[in-house]
Amino acid sequence: MSPINFVYLASVLFAIGAATVLLRRNAIIAFMGVELMLNAANLALVAFSRMQGNVNGQIMAFFVMVVAAAEVVVGLAIIIAVFRARQTISLDEPAELKG
Amino acid sequence: MLSVSWLLIAVPLASFFFLLLAGRRADAWGHWVGVAASSVAAIVGLGAFFQLLGRDSAERFEAIRLYSWISGGELSVDFGLLLDPLSITFVLLITIVGTLIHIYSVAYMENDPRRRLFFAYLNLFIAAMLLLVTADSFLLLFVGWEGVGVASYLLIGFWNHKSEYATAANKAFVVNRVGDVGLIVAMGLMFAQFGSVGFADVLGGASGASEATLTAIGLALLLAATGKSAQFPLQSWLGDAMAGPTPVSALIHAATMVTAGVYLVVRAGAIYEGAPDARLVVAIVGAITLILGALIGTAKDDIKKALAASTMSQIGYMMLAAGLGPIGYAFAIFHLVTHGFFKAGMFLGAGSVMHGMNDQVDMRRFGALRTAMTVTWVTFGLGWLAILGIPPFSGFWSKDKIIEAAFVGEGWQPWVFGLTALIGAGITAFYMSRLFFMTFHGKARWTDEQHPHESPLLMTVPMIVLAVGSAFLGLFLGLGNRFQHWLQPVVGEHAHHEPVLSVPVITTLTLVLVVLGAGAAYLMYWRREVPTEAPPPSLGTLLARNDFFQDAVNRGVFQTPGTHLTRTLVYADAAIIDGAVNKQATGVAAFGEASRRFQSGKVRSYALLMLLGFVVLAAILVVGS
Repeated sequence: MSPINFVYLASVLFAIGAATVLLRRNAIIAFMGVELMLNAANLALVAFSRMQGNVNGQIMAFFVMVVAAAEVVVGLAIIIAVFRARQTISLDEPAELKG
Repeated sequence: MLSVSWLLIAVPLASFFFLLLAGRRADAWGHWVGVAASSVAAIVGLGAFFQLLGRDSAERFEAIRLYSWISGGELSVDFGLLLDPLSITFVLLITIVGTLIHIYSVAYMENDPRRRLFFAYLNLFIAAMLLLVTADSFLLLFVGWEGVGVASYLLIGFWNHKSEYATAANKAFVVNRVGDVGLIVAMGLMFAQFGSVGFADVLGGASGASEATLTAIGLALLLAATGKSAQFPLQSWLGDAMAGPTPVSALIHAATMVTAGVYLVVRAGAIYEGAPDARLVVAIVGAITLILGALIGTAKDDIKKALAASTMSQIGYMMLAAGLGPIGYAFAIFHLVTHGFFKAGMFLGAGSVMHGMNDQVDMRRFGALRTAMTVTWVTFGLGWLAILGIPPFSGFWSKDKIIEAAFVGEGWQPWVFGLTALIGAGITAFYMSRLFFMTFHGKARWTDEQHPHESPLLMTVPMIVLAVGSAFLGLFLGLGNRFQHWLQPVVGEHAHHEPVLSVPVITTLTLVLVVLGAGAAYLMYWRREVPTEAPPPSLGTLLARNDFFQDAVNRGVFQTPGTHLTRTLVYADAAIIDGAVNKQATGVAAFGEASRRFQSGKVRSYALLMLLGFVVLAAILVVGS
């Protein structure tokens, strides 16, 4: 099977993730969309690695995973803090900094 | 004493600071510190005078360089004193008359709670005035010039709880500043031309400068002199300056400070030497003021204001003499000295009258004070004879010389100046006799609560000393032209010229006019009853009584247009300069207002924008490749 199919799959997954982020109001769901986008990118990196015949892309994918793990910790903590403060995790609700 | 002549300035200045800082505990004896400081200055001055007198006339000067004061690139000015016959003459006048007036003030200001402060200011004045006359550069002279201005301001407004007195002080200050501009401009021109503002460089190099430059410097100096000496057209402040306590009027506004303008013109003689036009303007200013002051003097009922008008007029004589050139310099200073004595004496006499009459100044409420205040009457009378120029009293020796000198020359000038001085002498006799008769003779017109009495010894003794000076100083200095020879090293020699009328004719004419003036005053203000209310004035009296509407003229010509000008400038500043800056700020604010709409606070729309940006970038990359 040609590696290019993995790239197509990654594109579809990225589009789904982006649509989730843009369309859903719930912060947890939007967060999951972000994770989906990150993993789509990982998939694309690994596919490119295979296509190029070297391991650069795979190493990059490991980095992304580590960063994503850290980002999940921080992101969830923020979501919990927001929920504690205002009993909602709607993304549209906190808008104090708008101009 | 010459080597320590800096003490002249240092001692009164130290006393000023001491009295200012000593506080209430010095209230009981502070005034004696002031008197002592002035006396020390007088002793140092006398010592320096006798030391100079002991030398040959060509070596009668002493330049004392104290330290380098300003050293900035091309301009370097030393703090140095110059003691020569001219400055020593002033030093003696200032310190001796000053000390007498200090003593007088001890009694005059006895009931004033701020007497210590009064003496502090008097000492400040003495220090500044001595600096003015002993400075060896125009810049240092300017320091003294401003110092006496400040002292004058403080003392005119000494009773500043009355708002019109405070206004009078402000007026004097502001008018003097107008004159000061002239001195600053003159110094600038000197620096541009000679690269220095020292007397030695400027006056020594004056002969090498062009006439146009010298004329400009001369006119600028004249502006300064008119301000300080209350000469036309800056004469308006002197009458109001009488708001100050009477000793101040005697010391500052009669004997010393107001004559500083004459000193300046005589000191800058070398400049006027090369600028005949500027010199002519000096003489014209003097002649105008002489007549103007005399006419104002005829109509004033306030004894101090009448004396102030007289001062103006007499300084006009000095200016006229100074404007005549080397022939007049010595007489200008001679008259300045004798005037310093008799006018200070008369002011102290007026103060004594006020002291005995509950501070009344309206001469229509005086009369017949001769018996009640005999000492004042005699001393004032001697001053009156002196200013009239009756021989052998002081004024005869100095004023008649000026009148004679005014008649010297060619063309129209001797006739105009000579006749002006002559007529001025007649008017002087009239208004001074009017003042004298209204105060001391005729019927008593006192109000019920006035009980005239002679003043205490502390006041009468200085008056007696000054009266002796009024009587004999002219004779002593005038005989054998002693004073002229004394001043010769400074003002130079001049060839003798015959006046256009012969001297005996001039003297006789002067005396006739003086007797006519005094006689008219005798008939009008001694023989005839003087009404206690001023009668409705004729046009002439109205003009003179209102100082020829000098304030209205100043207001119309300078103040109102000046106000409009500044208002226009303020408006233009707000509209154009501030407007440009404000427009910029408004523009930035509008830009911010427009761009803040992008900060919606909606996270998802941010994300959408980011995505769109990414897509656009990607599209560019794809299309670009």
